[in-house]
Amino acid sequence: MAVLPPGVSQRDFSAAIAQFQSAVGKDWVFTSDPDVALYRDAYSPAWGQAEERLASAAVAPDSTEQVQQIVRTANIYKIPLFPISTGKNLGYGGSAPNLSGSVVVDLKRMNRILEVDDVRHYALVEPGVAYFDLYRHIQEKKLNVWIDTPDPGWGSVMGNALDHGVGYTTSQFRNHFDAHCGMEVVLANGEVMRTGLGAVPGSKTWQDYKYGFGPTVDGLFAQGNYGIVTKMGIWLMPAPEAYTSGTVSVAKHDDLIRLVEMVNYLENLGISNGMPGFGFALGAGGGRGGPGVQPDAQLAALLGREGGPDIAELERYAAANNRAFWTCRLQFYGPKTVVAAQWEYAKSRLAAIPGSRATDGPSYDFPLTPEQLARVQQVAFGVPNMSIFSIGARTERNPTPSSGHVWFSPIIPRTGEGILESQKVLWQAGRDAGIPFNRFAMPATYYSRAFIYIIGIPITRNVETDRKNRDGFRQLIKVAAEHGWVEYRTAPLYQDNVMDTYSFNNHALRRFCETMKEAVDPNGIMAPGRSGIWSKRHPRARA
Amino acid sequence: MRITFSLVFGLVVLLWAGGASAQEAALQKGKQVYDYWCATCHGEGPGKPGTTALAAKYKESGLPGLLEARTNLTPQSVRFFIRNGASIMPFFRKTEVSDADVDAIAAYLTRPKPAAPPVAPQAVRP
Repeated sequence: MAVLPPGVSQRDFSAAIAQFQSAVGKDWVFTSDPDVALYRDAYSPAWGQAEERLASAAVAPDSTEQVQQIVRTANIYKIPLFPISTGKNLGYGGSAPNLSGSVVVDLKRMNRILEVDDVRHYALVEPGVAYFDLYRHIQEKKLNVWIDTPDPGWGSVMGNALDHGVGYTTSQFRNHFDAHCGMEVVLANGEVMRTGLGAVPGSKTWQDYKYGFGPTVDGLFAQGNYGIVTKMGIWLMPAPEAYTSGTVSVAKHDDLIRLVEMVNYLENLGISNGMPGFGFALGAGGGRGGPGVQPDAQLAALLGREGGPDIAELERYAAANNRAFWTCRLQFYGPKTVVAAQWEYAKSRLAAIPGSRATDGPSYDFPLTPEQLARVQQVAFGVPNMSIFSIGARTERNPTPSSGHVWFSPIIPRTGEGILESQKVLWQAGRDAGIPFNRFAMPATYYSRAFIYIIGIPITRNVETDRKNRDGFRQLIKVAAEHGWVEYRTAPLYQDNVMDTYSFNNHALRRFCETMKEAVDPNGIMAPGRSGIWSKRHPRARA
Repeated sequence: MRITFSLVFGLVVLLWAGGASAQEAALQKGKQVYDYWCATCHGEGPGKPGTTALAAKYKESGLPGLLEARTNLTPQSVRFFIRNGASIMPFFRKTEVSDADVDAIAAYLTRPKPAAPPVAPQAVRP
C-alpha cells in the first residue's frame, strides 16, 4: 500500500478496514494498489508528482445506514474520509481527496431515484444517480419534466449541485445548487440529519420549500466538509411547449457595454429566460454567441499582432468587411406564441443600439424530432450527452490530445466593462504565466447574476510542463483576485490558494468555517482540507 | 439401447442449446454495459468524441473509429483501456464498471464478426 492516513498506525488502519468490510461487505472495500489507483484524479495537474493527492483505500456503501457505520468507524480510528458521489468532477479534482491518505467514500452504489413528481416538478435522488439515469427514468416513465444537465451527462445530479455545478436551460434551473431542495446528511458524528422541511416528521413538502425554520444550513454541505449528503431534492423544469432563439450583433468594441446592459434587463425581467451567449464575432469559434468565421489573412494578422490586437484596427476591419464585433444569442422557452412575442420584444429593445442587427435563429416545437436533436446543442434541451469530451481530444485538427485539463473559472461582474477589462487583464496574466489563451475569450452566463470564465488549462503529464502550468495557475488565481475576480470552484491542489483570496477581515470566513469544523467534527475525519477548511487534527501544511 | 441413445442425444442438444443461450446472454450483458458506459462517447453519429478520436488516430491504418466495428481488439486491450484510460478518457472504478462488466464488454467487443463484404470490381475507381 502506497500511503496511510496521517497519524494513523498500520494496526489501527487495518482494524478500520476490517470494520468497513463488516459494514459494506469485503467486495466493496478497495485496498489493493490497482483498485485504489482508480481513485486518482485522472486529470491531476501533478500526476505522479509529490504534490498529487492520493487515497489510502476506498469504501463503497449501499445505504445511509452503511454510511453511518463508516463514519462511526472513522471516528474510532481517526480515519480521514473523502466522500464522492460519482467521482466525475474532472477538471476540478475528480475523485481524489484533499488530504493524501484519506479513505474515499464512494457513493456510486447509492443510485436510487427515489421520486420524480411531474406535477410539483422535482426529483429526490441518491448520490450515485447520474444525469443519464434521471433522464432515462423520465423518458421511460413518460413524465412531463426536463432535467437541467451539465455538459458531461455521466456526473451525479447531487454531486454537481453540491459542487455548485451548472447547466444550460432556463435561469431557474441552470444553477444546480440553487435548484436543490432538501437534503439528508450523515453528520461527522454518524447521526442522520434532514434539512429544511425534512426536519419535520411526516412533512409533505420537503422538496417544495427550502428553508424550514431557523438557520438554513444546506450551504455547509456544498463544497463543505461537515457531513456526507445521502439524499437530495432537485427542482425540475416542466416540459415547455416551444423554443425560439435569435442573435443580435453590434458593430463596435464598446457596444458590448450597452448590449450586456440590455440583455441583463431582458433576463432579469424574465423576458429572455434561456441562457444568453455572448460571442466575439471576429474569432474563428465565435465564442458563445454563435458560429464564428475563420479569419482571413488580414484578420489573422490583426489578431496575432505582437503585443496584442489593436481595437481601432479591428473596428476598421469589421466596418470595411461588414462584420460585427460582438454577438449575443438569446434563447426562449415556453408557449409558442409567448416565446415569439418575447423575441420580438427583445429585438425591438436591442434595436436601440446604433448599428445593431438582429437575426432570427432556430425555433422548435417539443418534443424534438431525432433529426432536430442530432443537430442542436443537446444540453440546452435537457438531454445529457458526452460531446464536451471533444475538448482536448484527438481529432484530425488536433493530432496530439491532452491528458485532461483543469478549469480556471473566475467570476466577473455581469457588465460589458467587466468583460472588456477582464479579457485584457487575464490575457496578459496568461501570457505572463506561460499559459496563453484567447485574447477575446468570452465568459459564460450559467449563473443569472454573474459572468464566469471557464478556461481550460491542459494537463500534459509532462513533468516540467505540468509544473510550469501549476505555477501559472496559482499566478492566475492571484492576479484575478487582485482585480476582485475569484474562483467559484477548483481542484484540491488549488483550494488553499483560492480560499486565501477570500480574505476579507483577516480571513473571517475561513476562521468561522474552521471554528464550526472543530465543533461538529472534533476528530477531523470529514474531508480535511476541502475548500481550504482544515482542523486541529489535520492542519494545513503551509509552505 | 435406442432409449439410452435418445436420452444422451437429447441431453447433448440441451447442453449445446444451454451453452449457446448462456453465450448469447453474456453478449447481451456486454452490449447492455457497453451501451450504458461506453457508447455515449464511442457510439455512432455526431457528438461521440471517442469515435472521432479513434477515427483520427487510425486514419492512416484504415481501422474504424467505431469500437464495435473493430475486429482486432483483445480482451486484454479492452481491460487495459477501461482500467487505465487514454488521453482525456479517464479510467473507470469498480463501482462503475465491475470486473464482471469488463469481461462482458470485452466479450461483446471481441465477439466474432462477419467479414466486411468484398468490394465489387465495378465500384473500384481508377
